[in-house]
Parts: sequence; structure tokens; C-alpha cells
Amino acid sequence: MVEALLAALVAAGVSACAVQAQQPAAVPPEVPAPAGRAPYSSAYAAPAQPAPILIRNATVLTGTGSRIDGGDILIESNRIAAVGRGLEAPAGATVIDAAGRWVTPGLIDVHSHLGVYPSPQLNAHSDGNEATDPVTAGVWAEHSVWPQDPGFQRALEGGVTSLQILPGSANLIGGRGVTVKNVWGRSYQDMKFPGAPQGLKMACGENPKRVYGGRQKAPSTRMGNVAGYRQAFADAQDYREQWKEYEAKLAVFKAGSKSDATAPKPPKRDLRLETLAAAMNGELLVHNHCYRADEMGIMLDLAREFGFRISAFHHGVEAYKLADRLAAEGVCGALWADWWGFKLEAWDSVQENLAIVDAPAGSCAIVHSDSSEGIQRLNQEAAKAMTRGVRAGLDIPPERAIRWVTANAAKALGILGQTGTLETGKMADVVLWNGTPFSVYALPDIVFIDGVLRYDRARPDAKPRSDFEL
Amino acid sequence: MRMAAMLVAAALAAGAAQAQDLLIRGARVHTAGSAGTLEDADVLVRGGRIADVGRGLAAPTGATVIDAKGRPLTPGLFGGLTQIGVEEVELEPSTVDAELEFKQPAWMHEWRPEFDVTRAFNPRSAVIPVTRVEGMTWTMLAPTAQHSMIAGQGAAVSLAGRWESVIGGRTLFVNLGSAALEASGGSRAAQYMLLDQAIREVREPATAGEGALLQPEGRAALKDYLAGGRVVFRVERAADIRAAIDYARRHGMKPVIAGGNEAWLVARELAAADVPVILNALDNLPGDFDRLTARLDNAKLLNEAGVRVAFSWTDTHQARKNRQLAGNAAAHGMAWEAALAGLTSAPAKIFGIADRGTIEKGKAADLVLWSGDPLEVTTVAEQVWVDGQPVEMKSRQTELRDRYLERLRSRQAQ
Repeated sequence: MVEALLAALVAAGVSACAVQAQQPAAVPPEVPAPAGRAPYSSAYAAPAQPAPILIRNATVLTGTGSRIDGGDILIESNRIAAVGRGLEAPAGATVIDAAGRWVTPGLIDVHSHLGVYPSPQLNAHSDGNEATDPVTAGVWAEHSVWPQDPGFQRALEGGVTSLQILPGSANLIGGRGVTVKNVWGRSYQDMKFPGAPQGLKMACGENPKRVYGGRQKAPSTRMGNVAGYRQAFADAQDYREQWKEYEAKLAVFKAGSKSDATAPKPPKRDLRLETLAAAMNGELLVHNHCYRADEMGIMLDLAREFGFRISAFHHGVEAYKLADRLAAEGVCGALWADWWGFKLEAWDSVQENLAIVDAPAGSCAIVHSDSSEGIQRLNQEAAKAMTRGVRAGLDIPPERAIRWVTANAAKALGILGQTGTLETGKMADVVLWNGTPFSVYALPDIVFIDGVLRYDRARPDAKPRSDFEL
Repeated sequence: MRMAAMLVAAALAAGAAQAQDLLIRGARVHTAGSAGTLEDADVLVRGGRIADVGRGLAAPTGATVIDAKGRPLTPGLFGGLTQIGVEEVELEPSTVDAELEFKQPAWMHEWRPEFDVTRAFNPRSAVIPVTRVEGMTWTMLAPTAQHSMIAGQGAAVSLAGRWESVIGGRTLFVNLGSAALEASGGSRAAQYMLLDQAIREVREPATAGEGALLQPEGRAALKDYLAGGRVVFRVERAADIRAAIDYARRHGMKPVIAGGNEAWLVARELAAADVPVILNALDNLPGDFDRLTARLDNAKLLNEAGVRVAFSWTDTHQARKNRQLAGNAAAHGMAWEAALAGLTSAPAKIFGIADRGTIEKGKAADLVLWSGDPLEVTTVAEQVWVDGQPVEMKSRQTELRDRYLERLRSRQAQ
């Protein structure tokens, strides 16, 4: 279709510059939609916020590292309009007295399989691992998302306003992840986070070698794993070169005056290599399932060899062993508070993992769930990890720990410019808690997504329910 | 210091009953018994047992005295139904003894109620210290099963780390519902058909010819359970729970429901039949068609209906998470004392462990001193005692932590 479009433009004597300008690099451009929305792009638009909302006199954790006692938040036109003390209520504003309660940014989970491994977990719903080849970079998790998964609603009740849905870890390179807003939709496009980059899921260690080794197929070892990534990216380099060559020829053709010259034929699109080339060009953010410290070290070298960046190591049970290096290289550690022991690469767990990864300057520690249960209680997981860190002598006040489930997660997903903190101009993704969120008794009272009330604990009858639960 | 620690460890391992007297002063004592919570109370321990509970108790000569400074003291907590000590690394078969699996058709070999998983218990498992330093002092060792409905027998074990760790009588574990369909020819109706056959083989051994489900040892083992033995049925769906209770009663078994996602729907029946439920208080998703009505206030509703409720997480390594389950049950409406009971007195009663589960005179001194509310996620266990002896608050995980914290600090100092 790209080829067809280019040919049509050229044949019509129309400059293809407009199309070329959309190409950040030598990767086939996304196909522009015939009219309106591009295929697979976000169809989410927040409903207009009927009236301004002023939340007053709360303990506010902004996600930027600050805490405001007796703080106010003003939400207007779906955005955060002001944060501070003693804000004036605009005319017609709904005022919420939040004395004794806490306000945080909406929580963000960087590692979810909601929708792709939904409840009920039946055979027909097993859509998270395209475990038919170790490199399935061409698949997109979003094309497996079942928006009726009741897990989305449960996560909302836990204060989750955005999440990344990833393919599973059976494969070395499992495919593209998608970031969504936690809003009810008839199809995933209605949930897709506008403008968020897609993720690329990669997996180290035991899972790929167990899945394929068990079938007498490569990879069956860790060295086989690494050879698998390297060959895939080497193929993608070659693919990228083919497109560069084509573009160069196309430029010559367009600049040329010979009317009888034929336009160069573009290479065939290969969805697998297209994805890997996009990752090398920085358009996709790499999310790497990797438990062991030594393997993270290898993956950092792999990234260097092929010129891509790893946004976050996920699970990282041994991330504390190389906390300094992660911080120095600007790689986030997306971790559990305390999961361990279910396989050997999860043996060297410590409950201070998050706190230690958080400690160096420039760090980016994240609490992730990988679980339809855990995503409902990211605040409790952060509370456990904070507690262990504080007991180990690290200075982690709540205003810092909240970043593990808000700003740092947003950073890893490339959406920190839009959400993840309570700062003027950002999307009004806001949770009002019944008290400190760092407690087993904490429950969100109210959740706003883009300034729209999506959950109100006081009105259980009004809470959205999946079709499945009727 | 290190020597002292080694001595403690050696004493625990040897089961040496040279328990020093202990007086814990000024604690907020959650007895989990009829006395409820006692503020500013003392607990005296002699010979590994609780000798007295009250105010202003005198310290015997030579006793260790701990000033609790008002912190909460609870009985040692229940780790749930787990495979602690019979499973080191879940995905490494050489480290797992929790399941009998001959890889033969079920009717040939795998109906083995005589399979007793406690015989594989390893008191030196690395999972034990990891769990124990979080305040869990005992667990119900439960066999698992994928290829038979009858998982086998388990028993309560102390996490003291002694060679002799079993502290309770045997319990039989039976899987029902969709989780056991593959082991029952694809229909839950066949589950009762097979159970009926097994019971007939016990009662009329002459009928146990070729194609019998049970071996002679199995018949002997099952026989005990038909005379008031405790049987844990792992089952979720309300209809299956009712069927299991009815079945157990008809055959003289004492049923316990484990799982019970839909137990709240039959709370009155459970209460009337005095059948307890061991549940995961975080289950609130329709994970399959056996538990379409799972909800977070299951524990609350059961407790209010008069059903005895205990907690169990699903994963051996995270037995320590059991405390978080109780906290969440409380956050979703269960009375706080009942939630604590779900980790202490309730499981002790369910499994007939008469001398544990409460802080009362004469009970074994399994105690935990907490930094705060014992159900709160920001609270940690500051000191654990098992049978009156202090547990070394150390595990493989704390050693790893200390090694890498030291590196972090030395780098930061540079």
C-alpha cells in the first residue's frame, strides 16, 4: 500500500515530499488513512469535562518528588489547571473537600497482560504469546486485546489510569506492546493512548529457551538466545539498508528529467524487520523481560551493537546487583516488590530490590505488576518496597516512592510529557485516596481520567461493568 | 555475634529444648483468643510455652526481658496451604516433591491417598527462613495434583527448622471442579463416581479387583478419613461446594473448603454445617467459569454468616503474602480481629492444632513482635520466636541484601 500510494503520487506528478516528511528514518512510513484516523491509531478522545473540579485540602503527592500538605488541584478542560495551596474555585466548579485524604497522579502499569490474557483464562482467551517462532516482532499485542476483560475495571478501582499491554515472554522478541488509557471501549482503538510510542517486548533467559528448546528447536540455551536476537537485528539492519537504497534511488528519480525513466520498485514490506528497524530508529521503546544481572549486562551490549536503547528491564529480580549501571545508562528497572522462587532466575530476590535500584542518582525504579491481581494494588506493592528500603536505611519518603508507580512508569512508556505527574497542562489523570496510598487499607475514592470521573467508590451502582459480567 | 547466631541456628536445628525463659513486657498483645487485645500487657514464656499473660509480670531469674514499647505481639502466623520444604524452585523438577505423578493413566497408579507429602519435608529448605522472618511460624503442608483428584495427605508443620517439624495430624487433599476435570475423564459428575468407587473399595475390599482405584495401602489410608478424618476439598463453584459438603457428610468425613471463590453464595449452608473455608482474599476476578462471582468481600460475608475463615495465598514462595491477604480482607469490611484470626486461631482450629494459634497460658510460644499493625503492608516482623526460642532474623535474601547494600554504600562513599 505504501508502494501503491507513492507510485500514484509520482504518476500524478505530485511531489512525494509530504509523504517523505513523515518518515523519520529509513523505515517504511505508516500508511496514511484514506480519511481521518490512520489504521490502528488511537480513536480515544476524552469526553468534554462539564465543569471545573477543585479538589481541596488534600495531601498531594505530585509525582515530581514533592508533597503538598493541605494542597489543592484544579482540573479544567480535561487538564490539570493548577496545583498548590488556597486555589480559588472558578465559577461553576465542583468542589471536593479532601481533608484527611491524599491525591496522587493516576497510577501507571508498564507491564500488563490484561486483554491479551484476560479473565476468564480459557483456551479461547490465550492471546498473549505467539509462541510459534522465537522472533515474532511483526505481531502487535493490541490486535489481541479484548476490551471486555473485567480486569480493566478492577485495575481502575485500584487507581490505574494508564497501562502498557505487552506480548508474553515465550519469544526472544515477542512483538509490539501498546499503551492504553484505562477507559472502557468497544475496541482497543477507543482505549489507545494518543501519541504514545509502542513498545517492543524482548525476553531473556529461561522462558524462550524452555519453550523452543523443549521442541528441539533454537534457542535451547542462553547463548542460543543471544544469537537469536543478534541475527534478527542483523537482518533488520540489512532491511533498513534496502529501504535507504530505495529512497536514494527514488530521490534521484524524482530529481531526474528523463521522462522515460521508471520509478524504482520499493522493497517488499516485512512486518518483522520493520518493527526491529523501528526499534533501532528509536520509534519503539524496548521493554526487556530479564531477571539476571549478568544477562542484563549482555542485553546492554546487544543494544550497543545494534544502536538501540533499552527503555526498561522488566522483572529484574537481580536488578539490585547492577543498580549503578542501570542508572548510569538511563535504563529503568520495572520490578516486583517481592516475587521470587518460581524459577531459578528468580532465586536471588531481595525485598529491597526497588529501593536499591532507586538509590543512585539518575535512577528510574518502577513497580510493575505482570498480574491481574497485582495491578489492582500497585500502591501496596510500592508501600512494601518503600518500607524495606527505609528499614535498610535509604531515604524514601512517600513523595519519592509514588514516582515508582507514576512518573517513572510514564517515563519508561514515553508519555511523561502528557501524564504521570500533577503538573499544569498535563492530562488530568488523578486519584483521590481515602488516606495515604501506602497502606493495605488504602482505597481510591475517586479516579479521574482526563478530568472525567471514571470511578467513584461511593457509587458502586454506577461503576462500569464489562459485558462479560452482566 | 556471629557465634551467637550460629548457636541459635544450631539449637533450632537440633530441636534442643533448652529454652531460656522469656518475658516480653509492655506489648499490645493480640491474643487471638477469648481475651482479645490487651494493651500494655506482658507475656511470660517458660520451657517454650506461654506461662502467663497479664500486666506487671515478674521476670524469673535469668530470663531474657524484651521491652516491647507498646508494639503489637501476635501468635506466630499461619503460612497457608503451601509446599514449603517440598518445593525449592517451582520449575525445577529435581527440587520439587509436592506431587505424585507416575505419568500413567490415573486409574492405574495415581489414586494414592497413602501418598504422604510430609515424608519429603526438608527442614533446611531455603524457603523456610525467608518465610519465617516475616512472622510465619507454621504452614499446612499440602500435596498438589494434576493427574489425580486425590492429591494425598499433608499435615501442619512448624517452620522452626527442626528435623521433627510435623505438629498436627494428617489431612487428606482432594481436588474437585474444573481444576480436576482432566483427572476425572472430563466430567465433574465422574468425580463423585470415582470417589464412590474408591469408598466402596475401602468398605468392601472384595470388590477391588482388576481396575481398582486403590492399592491395599490406599484403602487403609482412606479408611481413616471415613471415620471423621479431615478432608480439604479444593473447590470454587457454589454448586460444587454444596455437593462436596453433602458428600463428605454422607461418608463420615470432616470437610474443609479451600479456594471457595463462590463460598459467599452458600455461606449459610457452610455455617450450618460448620464447614470452614480457606481462601485467597485477593480473588475477585472471574478466572474461569467455576468462579464467575468471585469478590473481595468473600471473607467478610462468610465471617458475618458465622463461617470460620482462614487465609492462604496460592504460591509457596510467597507464603509471607498471607498477611497482606488478611489486611485486604479487613480493608474490604472483615472485622479486624476476624482477619487476624484467619492467620492464627482459625487455621489452628481448622487443623486441630490445639496448642498453637493464640497467646494463652499453656500454648506453645510461637510469637511475633511487629513494628506496627500486623496486617499492614508497611509493618515488618521485628522478632519472631518459635517454641519460645528467638529466631535468627536472617535468610538468604537478607544476606544478599546486606552484601549489595554494602557495595552501594561503598560506591556512594567514593
